[in-house]
Amino acid sequence: MSEVKLMKGNEAIAEAAILAGADAYFGYPITPQSEVIEYLMVERPEDRTGMVVLQAESEIAAINMVYGAAGTGKKVMTSSSSPGVSLKQEGISYIAGSELPCVIVNVVRGGPGLGTIQPSQADYFQSTKGGGHGDYRLLVLAPASVQEMADFVDLSFELAFKYRNPVMILSDGVIGQMMEKVIMPKQKTRLTNEEIIEQYGDWATTGKPKTRERNIITSLELDPYRQEAHNHKLQAKYKKMEENEVRYEMINCNDADYVIVAYGSSARIAQKTMEMARKKGIKVGIFRLITLFPFPMKEINALADKVKGFLAVEMSAGQMIEDVRLAINGKVPAEHYGRYGGVIHSPEEVLEALEQKIIGG
Amino acid sequence: MTEEMIIAGFGGQGVLSMGKILAYSGIMQDQEVSWMPSYGPEMRGGTANVTVIISDERISSPILTNFDTAIILNQQSMDKFQNTVKPGGVLLYDPNGILKPPTRTDIKIYTIDGAKLASDMGNPKIFNMIVLGAFMQVKPIVQLENVIRGLKKSLPERHHKLIPLNQDAITMGMKNVVEK
Repeated sequence: MSEVKLMKGNEAIAEAAILAGADAYFGYPITPQSEVIEYLMVERPEDRTGMVVLQAESEIAAINMVYGAAGTGKKVMTSSSSPGVSLKQEGISYIAGSELPCVIVNVVRGGPGLGTIQPSQADYFQSTKGGGHGDYRLLVLAPASVQEMADFVDLSFELAFKYRNPVMILSDGVIGQMMEKVIMPKQKTRLTNEEIIEQYGDWATTGKPKTRERNIITSLELDPYRQEAHNHKLQAKYKKMEENEVRYEMINCNDADYVIVAYGSSARIAQKTMEMARKKGIKVGIFRLITLFPFPMKEINALADKVKGFLAVEMSAGQMIEDVRLAINGKVPAEHYGRYGGVIHSPEEVLEALEQKIIGG
Repeated sequence: MTEEMIIAGFGGQGVLSMGKILAYSGIMQDQEVSWMPSYGPEMRGGTANVTVIISDERISSPILTNFDTAIILNQQSMDKFQNTVKPGGVLLYDPNGILKPPTRTDIKIYTIDGAKLASDMGNPKIFNMIVLGAFMQVKPIVQLENVIRGLKKSLPERHHKLIPLNQDAITMGMKNVVEK
């Protein structure tokens, strides 16, 4: 059995990046995410795998370093928290437009603006609906435990390269700061330059041999018809993600009268609510989103045929609820509950909201 | 078995470390654990607290509002967390600096003179281990041998020479906890 460790979510993400065989991490510290870069600086992965760790001069510099390195076919990651991720949005749009793989971690804190350093889930819209300009999508994964913080790094790299698209790990201050048991995956070896040429030589800028045309990394295409064609290609890719990459977990939904839809730390809190509700004889289930984009539209729609109502629980003023309502399409009531601006709802508050807004309503 | 607890006091008292040692000990006993700190503009002298859960089952919420045990090490934390102890639960506190002792009558209240004992032992840094010992006496959910194994695993080798001192501190706490 692999060794069980006690780690913070942020530390687990950092260690998992080394183990995933990442080539580089570029970042800039910000609470509640700073342990990612702190861990990497202390751990010195350059001595273990040759992975580069660099503290950039700003979040904007970091995302553009990611852009550049990703263009060469390397596995690269950056991480930040909400205000820093806002700064990165231009770069993220360029990376999506240029169809490059990379992993971006957002350990969300309360906003808007500099907001607060306490946990929040108010970056759902930014993560799933664009964030930067143009018609693009990120594949968004939402870990709900320290183990998933570790597991989703390698998965994110796999998906990023499969679709040549940026993947976001959308965490929050709770999952980033808490410590839990974690079993780390095995070390993957970094690809050699030869292997990168062999696997990604058709798009990566690896040095032009005589045998092929130049690979050009750009998001600029001034001919609108060609840009439209490029957009069609992107949309086809996002559709494929919607068909193939929906991930979720259903807990006690089989006999449930009411279902709480939640992700990340809210899903954990909601599980406690579920335990409390079931003790009172209220049959509650949890639909935990693992991918936020693609969103499990069909699955939630199907569930709406079997239950009396949904409560969308998120630490925001109501963002994910919009997708939940789209999925349910008016079949049964769906309401939102959540504390926000850095306040975390308690399991008791969620139960009260469920009783008042859905069961009583 | 599920033990949901909060440890609260001043930054610098070793509140977060005590929680971490408890969590490590839980792992040594093959249990599920979670450790959720208050984080933010905390500093030495400010307030700090950590929620620790040790359970035989998968842990749902790491965020709680009511606790089986509260370990309270300053007045601000007493004011804030006294009423979060579940009826029948345990409140353990160090009376040093507590001007308004707890008033609950539906919970079990224990004291440990941690600050004084640490000072008597000539090392204020072992304060938190004395308090940990007191807790282990009141609620033996983690065993001493597993605490020591956890320390060995979590501390860098160069600090292993301090483990006997920590063990003495735990024993001191176990012997000196008083039921109110």
